[in-house]
Amino acid sequence: MSGILNSSIGRKFAMALSALFLMIFLLQHFAINLLSVFSPDAFNDVSHFMGTFWAIQYLLQPVLIFGVIFHFVMGFVLEIKNRKARTISYAKNNGAANSSWMSRNMIYSGLAILAFICLHFYDFWLPEINTKYIQGDMSGLLANGEFRYFEELQHKFVDIWRVALYCIAFIFLALHLLHGFNSAFQSVGANNKYTKGLKGFGKAYAIIIPLGFVFIALFHHFNH
Amino acid sequence: MNMNLTLKIWRQKNASDKGKMVDYKVTDISPDMSFLEMLDVLNEQLINKDEEPVAFDHDCREGICGMCSLYINGEAHGPDRAVTTCQLHMRMFKDGDTITIEPFRATAFPVVKDLIVDRSSFDRIQHAGGFISVNTSGNTIDANTIPINKHDADTAFEAATCIGCGACVASCKNSSAMLFVGAKVSQFALLPQGKVEATDRVLNMVKQMDEEGFGNCTNTGACEVECPKGISLENIARMNSEYLKASLKG
Repeated sequence: MSGILNSSIGRKFAMALSALFLMIFLLQHFAINLLSVFSPDAFNDVSHFMGTFWAIQYLLQPVLIFGVIFHFVMGFVLEIKNRKARTISYAKNNGAANSSWMSRNMIYSGLAILAFICLHFYDFWLPEINTKYIQGDMSGLLANGEFRYFEELQHKFVDIWRVALYCIAFIFLALHLLHGFNSAFQSVGANNKYTKGLKGFGKAYAIIIPLGFVFIALFHHFNH
Repeated sequence: MNMNLTLKIWRQKNASDKGKMVDYKVTDISPDMSFLEMLDVLNEQLINKDEEPVAFDHDCREGICGMCSLYINGEAHGPDRAVTTCQLHMRMFKDGDTITIEPFRATAFPVVKDLIVDRSSFDRIQHAGGFISVNTSGNTIDANTIPINKHDADTAFEAATCIGCGACVASCKNSSAMLFVGAKVSQFALLPQGKVEATDRVLNMVKQMDEEGFGNCTNTGACEVECPKGISLENIARMNSEYLKASLKG
């Protein structure tokens, strides 16, 4: 067991596990965001629960942050190692003949997603941490006594440039997932009779979830 | 119709030379020639002009030995599918074409001269565990006395068709050798004779693969497409799962 993370397959496995964890997180994030379209009250209630329940705040949130950082750091480490494995490039290389654009450019779609996460943290996570843990206001309420979460969400999506940036980021997310979903299963050794079905499910996931996020951003922009 | 072609070929005097692409013209090339025969024609021209012929690897010229390599027009073994360079025919090209010919590129496959690379890193991976230990004292049991289900036998055979040419490494954007090692691990892991040493085999072969400086697989699938023997990505998944099982055991 010792040294498994120092091996190429061990790193691949760890990368895949963190990816699978992040894909599950993405699904629950999407489900909660979708509530904001159908029921602002339900969205407020769930957001307050997620933002104040101790197990989520002090156990799951640190695990999530670790998962995000681990996935990015490991991605960069692997990219650097892989570049060292070929120091002289081909004069002519026809990558499109044997692999998808998404699979060859995971580092770039990943960098775009990293930039988006920085913006997303600036927009939502840092103000949330400031309100709750620096100002000490755990009530989740506005001055008028109503929950603040839906109001804050709508306010953020007034700016068309922010909406545009979010939509572009979701396109990169879709490109990343189109390769990443099935790649994660291959990395953990799952290539069997279920692979064909899983590939279809992975493509659907990679398109439906980012498209749903685009819809939610546009919905709040046009319904403010 | 015979063809006139422009060749852009990597020339490198020796392992320490910097190397460069050099342009050559070849004329009257028959579409029925193999790619290596076309290079033979070029070399005859060069020898007649007292120039150094282009060095390239070849042996059986029947697509079974794994010696020929070459990265042709941006693809390992050229634009055709499921063939080695020696089985690639000039009918895949058109009169007036420019063909770029490079050696397989990987830190673990250093160039020896021109288009010849040193693929002994593959040999060292094989030595690390790509075999089964058999008592040959005279009491050896015939392998066919052990019943094996057909699916496993067929899958092991398909994995064993890997000729170790290195096209997987050359095609992979990360220069990963996992299709080769996956095939070698699989061909034994699926059979009763191979299961005995399965744990040590996969751990030792992967360790050697990493030490040789091959990159990490990111599942682009380029290796499977370019493999002249059609070795499947299933072999990489099997190696991954064998490795994880072995790591937990050992």
